[in-house]
Amino acid sequence: MTALRLTGVQLRYVNKAFWRNPASAFFTFAFPLMFLVIFTALLGHYTVQIGSRTVNTSTYYVASMACFSVITACFNNIATAMTFQREDGILKRAHGTPLPSASFLGARILHAVLVAVLLVIITAAFGRLVYTADIPTGLSLLRFIVALLAGAAAFCALGLAATAVIPNSDAAAPIVNAIILPLEFLSGIFIAFSNTTPAWILWVARVFPIRHFVVSMQAGFIGTPFSWTDVLVVAAWGIAGMLLAIRFFTWEPRTG
Amino acid sequence: MSDELAVRVRGLVKSYGSVQAVRGIDLDIRQGEIFAMLGPNGAGKTTTVEILEGYRRRDGGEVTVFGFDPGRDRAKMLPRVGIVLQKSGVERYLTVIESVRMYASYYPKPRSPEEVVELVGLTEKRDSRVTKLSGGQTRRLDMAVALAGDPDLLFLDEPTTGFDPSARREAWEVVKNLASLGKTVLLTTHYMDEAQYLADRVAVIAAGRIVAEGTPATLGDRDLLGARIRYRLPAGVTPPDTLPGQPDVNGFTVITSADVLQDLHRLTGWAIENRIALDGLEVTRPSLEDVYLSLTDAPGLKS
Repeated sequence: MTALRLTGVQLRYVNKAFWRNPASAFFTFAFPLMFLVIFTALLGHYTVQIGSRTVNTSTYYVASMACFSVITACFNNIATAMTFQREDGILKRAHGTPLPSASFLGARILHAVLVAVLLVIITAAFGRLVYTADIPTGLSLLRFIVALLAGAAAFCALGLAATAVIPNSDAAAPIVNAIILPLEFLSGIFIAFSNTTPAWILWVARVFPIRHFVVSMQAGFIGTPFSWTDVLVVAAWGIAGMLLAIRFFTWEPRTG
Repeated sequence: MSDELAVRVRGLVKSYGSVQAVRGIDLDIRQGEIFAMLGPNGAGKTTTVEILEGYRRRDGGEVTVFGFDPGRDRAKMLPRVGIVLQKSGVERYLTVIESVRMYASYYPKPRSPEEVVELVGLTEKRDSRVTKLSGGQTRRLDMAVALAGDPDLLFLDEPTTGFDPSARREAWEVVKNLASLGKTVLLTTHYMDEAQYLADRVAVIAAGRIVAEGTPATLGDRDLLGARIRYRLPAGVTPPDTLPGQPDVNGFTVITSADVLQDLHRLTGWAIENRIALDGLEVTRPSLEDVYLSLTDAPGLKS
């Protein structure tokens, strides 16, 4: 019970610090909307073929950018923020107090998930208003929420695991981007897959969690078929990330 | 309770690979005492303290902090201690008072955050962001955060390294304040004056061993060592036969004296009688620094 209460208290401070950090607020919130506007302006008059359905690019990008914002808020943010805090000695300090590790990390993850949900709501509302994109309702809304929460939690766990391969603060942003940007491209986040997409890209997309996450989210926005398999693959990646984090996450600075 | 030792260490050893960082340390720190571990960089101070704090595992020996083994019962020990690490940050987007409140919330019986901020002299900076603090103020915030849970024992690992003299003074006053609250403090430092000013007892540590232990006044038998009498004679004059001294490089004659009063009386009596000036006459006792340097530089000690 104490751990739960402490998580709640800690969450408030994480939230306070998050909104006072101009970089995190900007990159997390402005980027997805900016990309949505840019991509739609560039490619908005095209259509995308998903299975038997023809979808407006603008609708497609609302779903894509919702996914992109979840990945940024969870994976990128956790991986960079935790590396900075580790190298600044903040993690080590917290680890020398009675605050349970689960409460410290739990508050972080909970906060990232809440930010991700907020971002999806903003993206969906923006898409609805500006591009008259569809938004999930009814049963598909429920499935959408499950897919969203599973995805957000999984990308948080993977972000924690990623800190293990980041040696210092300067390396945080480059390494995070080197991991996530190619995979986002290879998962059709920025440029939709088509009939001519090479097989190796489809295979990469099939292995990693981003494509599965995108497909499960698209079902809510676009009405394409929903499959629990996609959610399970994402969840499996999340569990793998959690296990790796438990094994390799460190509280001590690597440098200085 | 007051008889209970705050810290008890017996035969502590720790190696990193083939390097023996700590080679059998014994410590007893009583409650309410300010205890300094004094030693050069790489002597094993931080390793010892971080084992006591439960950050590192020991290879051997017994360690208890308030009766708890920091390796096994860390969760039970942590509510009673406050830790100031050598280098550790505070969330940079919070204010001073918010940081103290946040850390206070982790403890079962915290001290009032306002009181803690006052104790470290940051009341004026109460609502400043952490990023706006000077180096000395940041260090005092470190202490405030460590004090937020109202600990019985405070670990201070090199609290003033890299500080200018006024920032050091400020930090020292905070530590002195803690002592008046009855807190136990374990301090590491490589500054002699810091140990001398703050500590009730000092252990000098070099190459992983304690080479001397005592109060700042008696450390290394400083009070028992002979004093030095030093003076310069005019050209052509030789020292009295009864008081043979050694000439030093600056042309001074140096006498190591076991009985200063007697020797000084004989020397000045001889000088007055023979109308000889004793230029730059002075009597000195070995400083803590001399003792420290002789202890930590002893040949064969370095690994």
